[in-house]
Amino acid sequence: MTRPADGSSVGTHYAWKRPHFIENPFVRFGLLTLAIGYLLYAMSSLEVDLQRIARGIPRAIQIFSGAIPPNFAARGSLIVSGFIESIQITLLATAAGVLLSIPFGFAAARNISILPFYGLGRAIIIVARSLHPVVLGVLFVKAVGFGAFAGVLTLVIYTLGFVGKLLAEAVEEIKYGQIEALKSAGAGYFTVLAYAVVPQIMPRLIGLTMYQLDINLRASAVIGLVGAGGIGNTLNSAFGRYDYGTASAILLVMIGIILVVETISGKLRRFTK
Amino acid sequence: MLEIKQLVKSYGDGQPVLKGLNFATEGKALTAVIGSSGAGKSTMLRCINRLVTADSGEILFDGTDLLKLRGKALQNARRQIGMIFQAYNLVDRLTVMENVLSGRLGYVPFLQGALRRFSQDDIDHAYQLLQRVGLSQYVNQRCDELSGGERQRVGVARALMQDPRILLADEPTASLDPKTSERIMELIARLTEELHLPVLINLHNVAQAKHYAARIVGLKDGVIVFDGKPRDLTDDVLEQIYTGHEELEEQLHPHDEAVQEAAP
Repeated sequence: MTRPADGSSVGTHYAWKRPHFIENPFVRFGLLTLAIGYLLYAMSSLEVDLQRIARGIPRAIQIFSGAIPPNFAARGSLIVSGFIESIQITLLATAAGVLLSIPFGFAAARNISILPFYGLGRAIIIVARSLHPVVLGVLFVKAVGFGAFAGVLTLVIYTLGFVGKLLAEAVEEIKYGQIEALKSAGAGYFTVLAYAVVPQIMPRLIGLTMYQLDINLRASAVIGLVGAGGIGNTLNSAFGRYDYGTASAILLVMIGIILVVETISGKLRRFTK
Repeated sequence: MLEIKQLVKSYGDGQPVLKGLNFATEGKALTAVIGSSGAGKSTMLRCINRLVTADSGEILFDGTDLLKLRGKALQNARRQIGMIFQAYNLVDRLTVMENVLSGRLGYVPFLQGALRRFSQDDIDHAYQLLQRVGLSQYVNQRCDELSGGERQRVGVARALMQDPRILLADEPTASLDPKTSERIMELIARLTEELHLPVLINLHNVAQAKHYAARIVGLKDGVIVFDGKPRDLTDDVLEQIYTGHEELEEQLHPHDEAVQEAAP
């Protein structure tokens, strides 16, 4: 079918309109009214107060003016030791967490696991994932006391939840023919895992580890705020002393370090194919 | 040496794919199994090395019932049965050598396999096999860098690396172009003849079956409807094996079709 050159249309006409996401108009408008109504109610009950915002602005300006220029010198050695501790927490927790994720991730993969282990693996990963690192941090600080050790434990569990889940998914996507080939050669279960499964998930595992390193570095600063060691502790006490110059110096260094780590991990991830 | 008795297999609640199959190898020849897709060729082979679990029947391998084996005993039986796959099933991210050596994984303990500590004998044997299949220049190449024909050569070397007492091949050439397919068939036929290795090979291509096999088994709807010499496989028999399937014409007149396809 070609159009006439003058652009006029010939033949049958068709009416077309994009179908609605929800066909029934009562349901459609009912849901919309409900959503808007709830938002209005929430806003009124939470006392969104413009005056409070107005009163807060001068205070914010005061903080920012205190933060400029950033003061690297006054607490320089504290900043350095804080970051060194954070990086140690991150590296240790990522290594331990990834190592721990491998057995749990394999157990939680439907295609190579057996039912009781599958259930257990899934359950542990779900629990680890459902707790935010700050919540975990509070728990571990209570359990083992203030300091870096609580931070390491927190990030190990956090890593287990994230890497374990994605690793399980990676294992579920492998090509089963490669497993069949080794089974038919008489290889045992663990030999098959090491020889046919591990090579297939290796690029994914390296990528996830690099990514998690990145995430853990950021998280290590946050959990420091609840007392789990590292630069977060230093930052917290700087705020406590109203020492905004040091605080902004810490933030700047943090941004710099994260940029560097992100670049390195991105490069490494592209390298593994 | 291999004897299948009253083998029954169904998937899920469906019609059985194999309905009381009986078969026994004779001597050390190449036996081709033909039949339309869905006739049960793959299921039959995969029941033998237990990649699928049969419902009932017996598969006697030198007198031992393979269907009753478990654990270590099953592994020991499997390592004596080589298998070549249609999709090659190589571990793509490993090297050619690692894939060939993986044929020894039924013989070496876990750590040796995981750390690739194979014996000098195994390594020598692997090099010899790679020379025989013409891939010695690719020893440390990763398998995902090879062509289809090269991959299947690795597959052949891996199966022979097992020192198998019987070789199963499930449509080993179906993923290859006609020319490569012919070369791989030649390779399998020649090597197994030299090694006096009995072969059970599923083939989609009847012309190839007639050319390479000493014995042909025709499978239809889970039962054997023909078992004899290639010269006894007449058009009437083929019609019986493939009746009701679109493949019939193609198998009866493969040449005509090729000519038609070539015509403009």
